[in-house]
Amino acid sequence: MAFYVVQFLTGLASAASLFLVASGLSIIFGVTRIVNFAHGAFYMIGAYIAFTLTERLSGAFGFWGSIVLAALAVALIGVIVEMVLLRRIYHAPELFQLLATFGLTLMVEDLVVLIWGPDDLVGRRAPGFKGAIDFFGQNIPSYDLFLIVLGPVVLGILWLLFQRTRWGVLVRAATQDRDMVAALGVNQKWLFTSVFAVGVFLAALGGALQIPRDAVHHAMDLRIIVEVFVVVVIGGLGSIVGAFVAAVLVSELNAFGILIFPKISIILVFLVMAVVLIVRPWGLFGKPEAAARKTPGLTVNPWRPLTSNERLASLAALVIAATLPLFAGNYALTVGSEIAIFVIFAVSLHFLMSVGGLASFGHAAYFGLGAYGIAFLAKMAGLPMIVCLLLGPLLGCLGAAVFGFFAVQLSGVYFAMLTLAFAQIVWSIAFQWVNVTGGDNGILGLWPSSWAASPSHFYWLALGVAALVTIALRAMVFSPFGYALRATRDSLLRSEAIGIDAKRIQWTAFVIAGTTAGIGGALFAYLKGSVFPDNLGISLSVDALVMVLLGGVETVSGAVIGAIVYKALNIWLVSQTDLSKLVLGGFIMLIVVVFPKGIVGMLEMLAQRRRKSSPPGSPLLAKPIESAE
Amino acid sequence: MRARNTIVGAAFALLAGGMAHSALAQDIKIGEINSYSLLPAFTEPYRKGWQLAVEEINAAGGINGKKLVVVSKDDGGKPADAQTAANELVSSEGVAMLAGTFLSNIGLAVSDFANQKKVFFLAAEPLTDAITWSKGNKYTFRLRPSNYMQAAMLVEAASKLPAKRWATIAPNYEYGQSAVAVFKKLMSEKRPDIQWVDEQWPPQGKIDAGPVVQAVAAANPEAILNVTFGADLVKLVREGNTRGLFKGREVVSFLTGEPEYLDPLKDETPEGWIVTGYPWYSIKTPEHDAFLKAYQAKYNDYPRLGSIVGYQTIKSAAAILAKAGSTDPEKLIVAAEGLSMPSPFGEITFRKIDHQSTLGAFVGKTALKDGKGVMVDSSYKKGADYLPSDAEVEKLRPKD
Repeated sequence: MAFYVVQFLTGLASAASLFLVASGLSIIFGVTRIVNFAHGAFYMIGAYIAFTLTERLSGAFGFWGSIVLAALAVALIGVIVEMVLLRRIYHAPELFQLLATFGLTLMVEDLVVLIWGPDDLVGRRAPGFKGAIDFFGQNIPSYDLFLIVLGPVVLGILWLLFQRTRWGVLVRAATQDRDMVAALGVNQKWLFTSVFAVGVFLAALGGALQIPRDAVHHAMDLRIIVEVFVVVVIGGLGSIVGAFVAAVLVSELNAFGILIFPKISIILVFLVMAVVLIVRPWGLFGKPEAAARKTPGLTVNPWRPLTSNERLASLAALVIAATLPLFAGNYALTVGSEIAIFVIFAVSLHFLMSVGGLASFGHAAYFGLGAYGIAFLAKMAGLPMIVCLLLGPLLGCLGAAVFGFFAVQLSGVYFAMLTLAFAQIVWSIAFQWVNVTGGDNGILGLWPSSWAASPSHFYWLALGVAALVTIALRAMVFSPFGYALRATRDSLLRSEAIGIDAKRIQWTAFVIAGTTAGIGGALFAYLKGSVFPDNLGISLSVDALVMVLLGGVETVSGAVIGAIVYKALNIWLVSQTDLSKLVLGGFIMLIVVVFPKGIVGMLEMLAQRRRKSSPPGSPLLAKPIESAE
Repeated sequence: MRARNTIVGAAFALLAGGMAHSALAQDIKIGEINSYSLLPAFTEPYRKGWQLAVEEINAAGGINGKKLVVVSKDDGGKPADAQTAANELVSSEGVAMLAGTFLSNIGLAVSDFANQKKVFFLAAEPLTDAITWSKGNKYTFRLRPSNYMQAAMLVEAASKLPAKRWATIAPNYEYGQSAVAVFKKLMSEKRPDIQWVDEQWPPQGKIDAGPVVQAVAAANPEAILNVTFGADLVKLVREGNTRGLFKGREVVSFLTGEPEYLDPLKDETPEGWIVTGYPWYSIKTPEHDAFLKAYQAKYNDYPRLGSIVGYQTIKSAAAILAKAGSTDPEKLIVAAEGLSMPSPFGEITFRKIDHQSTLGAFVGKTALKDGKGVMVDSSYKKGADYLPSDAEVEKLRPKD
């Protein structure tokens, strides 16, 4: 019996650390709607700074002072980031802030290694909380007890802050309806900055409090970020109590789950999230999101098919790309193939995200399923390449059909997180089912048949498929189906009022996007000759998001450009420098600030300005737009 | 939309730029790949190790009079990126062979690439048994003692312990799984009386140490096998110390004696664990003294195990290239098979039968000295003594 009590308390201690970080994320998201990918980075910097300070300052006052000081210092960094970076892009398309915080995270990961060195750092133990307390023969670390008390205390302070202060009232009001708060004359700038500072302070405090029991190292951020997102979503966005309950739920399920299934930890949080979101689409304590008051962004630049000039230009670009094998070597061709494959992947996500308004955080699942489809067909059934290429993506299609059915019942961030949960479940199956999938050692030896084996042939294959897929999806955007899909995106209520079966349309779009991603994955398996669980992983899903956002989420062809730029730059930087994350992160942040509509979005805006400012005597330029509209 | 042209053009120009620098024809190039950005704690000393080797080789006249150049790439910890890097090294840098890698899945990915493209590959660090056995191929050689060898070394010491009830804690991925499987198999062969009472599989890098320690303690084992390392090990040790998990229990632990993993533990180092590792401070052989002196003179820092691996990888590669007198992969294979050479740990041989080197490891006990973790009572275990019989290896390895 004593054991179960202690195990429960241990779970509570884990929950307390998780809650501190999650509450910060929840507050930030609730008010600013920023999906703060850098939250883990702030957590990590908090731990690093606390480590440095506690090594310098001695004594109990020194230790606890250092913890608070570190959290305050990081909160200050947060304020600077908010004012210099995020403030500029609140009006950018939704999720664009994700790109900025992603860039920041990349930079921080390299910076901490540059500043603090590559070794794992082990901080001091907390003065007064070094030992353990005996509980009927079981030891409970006194630091755990401290954390168990701290969690509810922080919850209480936050509750008082939100219920009893004017600032708290404003925060709650903004969480519910920030447009109304702005309309009532509240200075949103400072509200957002202060909220961001509080959120970052909590993240850094969570990180700093880890130093007596963890090692400080440069991958801490990734370890926590996904988990806290999950906790926030399970609890319900913007709900602090929800985050607390969710943290306790997840930690306790883990603490007792490992007694029965020791391998459960790897997937537990995602299973819980999937179940919670299917049963309660807004999390345990969340409320349905209010219907959007304005149609997102697209009022300025209505989408239109390419003009004939632009068609010719695209065709010329394709022809130029197709001549690459005439002058480039094998390496450039293989990189070209990889870029073409990522164009397929990015346009498939773009179809779901930009056309359908459904941003998936787990799109790699269908890419990876396509790749595993190839692996099963080629290695187990021994089918020839051409058959595999035709059938392999069907696994992606199947996965998208099953998961998509559940996912499209939700919207917004909840949709995104449910897709993430499904992707992680698929990933963990690939990772754990060693007999079938080879586990993390993957499936090797999937090389293309001789007709496609040479780099130039494979390049033409990849380029051809990429062109076909792009054209097909583009044609679909301007088909009746595409219009219906865009209608569900722009106004669910109105589209349903005119008789569009929104869920069916969105589900179909999900399946189309998943199948297309599967085609990309199938080619990728042959390009690399192997399949790994990585191909289904979070980092690949994030890559796809970044490509679409970089190109411009409000544009029709942004994904193509985004994929080319991001992938080419990534491969080149990784090859040229060990600090590729630092440079790439800096580049992304620069793009975010300079091109807040993405690369293509910015180019379109420039082109339009030129059209407007050009004298009326150039009907050649102005005419096609009118006719296209 | 016309911008598409420009951007495509720019992208290809970038790529072309990446290919522009080609080395002098008389140089011999080795392509090296490792997870520099993902695992700097291991790969930084590793890089210093191979840089020292390159310097020594060229100072001694290079390889048959030609200068040795190592072109190094980061794989970011992703198998797919490692293959891109391997492709760049082979196709545009024109390297004579590939070397390096840390993670097992990346080692396997590059080894499969090498097999497909018919390139010689010397795997430095990946521990998986598959790379030389079940998924072995004729182009791939491996330097470090494998999972099987390290398990066999530990079993030799562990089987002498009186403990009968054993629990295991290992990261939930291939390395942890196969380390536990081999250890259990070899241990149960020697000691049929042993019971396996609990196993814990925390996710790699994400251990929730409190509940894990508590769960293991609840099974009340007499001895524990640990396979976690890095930050997970730190958390496990700290929780285990506070909760008294290790008190009165024997612990056998993979890799914990390596400075990379032992040094961060500082004054929390648990005493008396039986570990594999690298006690650079207590090795007194002329070969190691020479290495240590050169390393400390160049870097003003002590070597980690990564330094040895990096150093010996390039030294081995150079020895193979020198003997082959050619960069033809088939000739390199012939040269490497059965080739013996000196190393800081004494003479090693690349076995013909499975392309595994006989580099060994040190087995000893952890201890605390002046607030720092050290390995004591350590002895060097030659790799050759801890491999299965040739007949067994032939069954494990597919025919080339």
